[in-house]
Amino acid sequence: MIDGHAGLDVSVAELGDDGDLYAAGMTSHASVNVMVALEDRFDLEFPDEMLKREVFESVAAIDAALAQIQKGS
Amino acid sequence: MAEFRAGTPEQDEFLAQLLDAGLLIASGVPGVFGRGEDFERVRRGFDARISAEAAADGPEHLVFPPLLPKRQLEEIGYLKNFPHLAGTIFAFDGDEAAAAEQEERASRHEDWSEFQDPTDLVLTPAACYPVYPAVAARGKLAPGGVTVDAGGSYVFRNEPSGDPARLQMFHQREIVRLGEPETVIAWREKWRNLAVELLRGAGLEAELDVASDPFFGRSGRLLARSQKAQELKFEVLVPIAGEEPTAVASFNYHQDHFTGVYGIEVEGDDPTAHTACLGFGLERIALALLRKHGLDPDAWPGAVKGELGL
Repeated sequence: MIDGHAGLDVSVAELGDDGDLYAAGMTSHASVNVMVALEDRFDLEFPDEMLKREVFESVAAIDAALAQIQKGS
Repeated sequence: MAEFRAGTPEQDEFLAQLLDAGLLIASGVPGVFGRGEDFERVRRGFDARISAEAAADGPEHLVFPPLLPKRQLEEIGYLKNFPHLAGTIFAFDGDEAAAAEQEERASRHEDWSEFQDPTDLVLTPAACYPVYPAVAARGKLAPGGVTVDAGGSYVFRNEPSGDPARLQMFHQREIVRLGEPETVIAWREKWRNLAVELLRGAGLEAELDVASDPFFGRSGRLLARSQKAQELKFEVLVPIAGEEPTAVASFNYHQDHFTGVYGIEVEGDDPTAHTACLGFGLERIALALLRKHGLDPDAWPGAVKGELGL
């Protein structure tokens, strides 16, 4: 799904979970598309304090954020 | 209609003084004013000061009307980022019966919007927007790029407010730099420091700070925080009326946003082109000067009058 929305120069598989998505070509606007797609897919809403650049910087960071939201709900 | 944001008591009082002195002329709509002669002298004085500094860059002067083809607004994604601020132009489309009905309702000040259709035009929300397609149409940039002084076009923001420093239509003095990324970054850095010096030279307590644009909604909060984290926008703030200082100039690094939309490239081995722009809010600067030095520019300190050629 991230491959479809982040606009990366390489695939997520090549980049790895800890790879920097911004360095791989994801723009700020693309990070918004990723956020919206994740919210639709997992039927959740990122809380205000998570609407920041670091939360979307890698697959691992996104995973951690999703786990935290699902734990809280 | 956008919600009216009331001014603070200090802002209300300052606005009343400006109206009393004839510096601003009320229109009946918040944030839309006529300007008196003294106000314009001050605004033009600072505008000329910017022109004098900008001459060192050898800019090309381009002038655009305060209207933008709707298509341009669509291309640059304005409606995604700032749908709440845009103003679009509608006009009558109908037969004589419709015209009569429209007039009938209008004469009673009732809703006549159903007789109005969108035109191909919107109000310009930022004075730099017409510059990018104009430069793109010429083909590749020569090495070193180009600096375009877009003058001080009127721009519109749909945000009615009681704060005299938050106008719905104001002059945004814009200069745009297009070229290699390092050229553009160095230019922005030079100007943000120069702007602080210019404003301090006019007696204002100017401070530089990292800033973000008023992006819309939840996704806008992510964009705004990203913009800040990357230091893409700086503002110079000065005190006007109220506790918080007000931004009077901004220095924006767009990276490849506009060059990507319009396919702008530099001649040579590496075609990567970026853009940056600076904007001075001329009315805000005039207001800051009137607040600081008094409502009669003739009575201002000689050094300040000298700086502004008053």
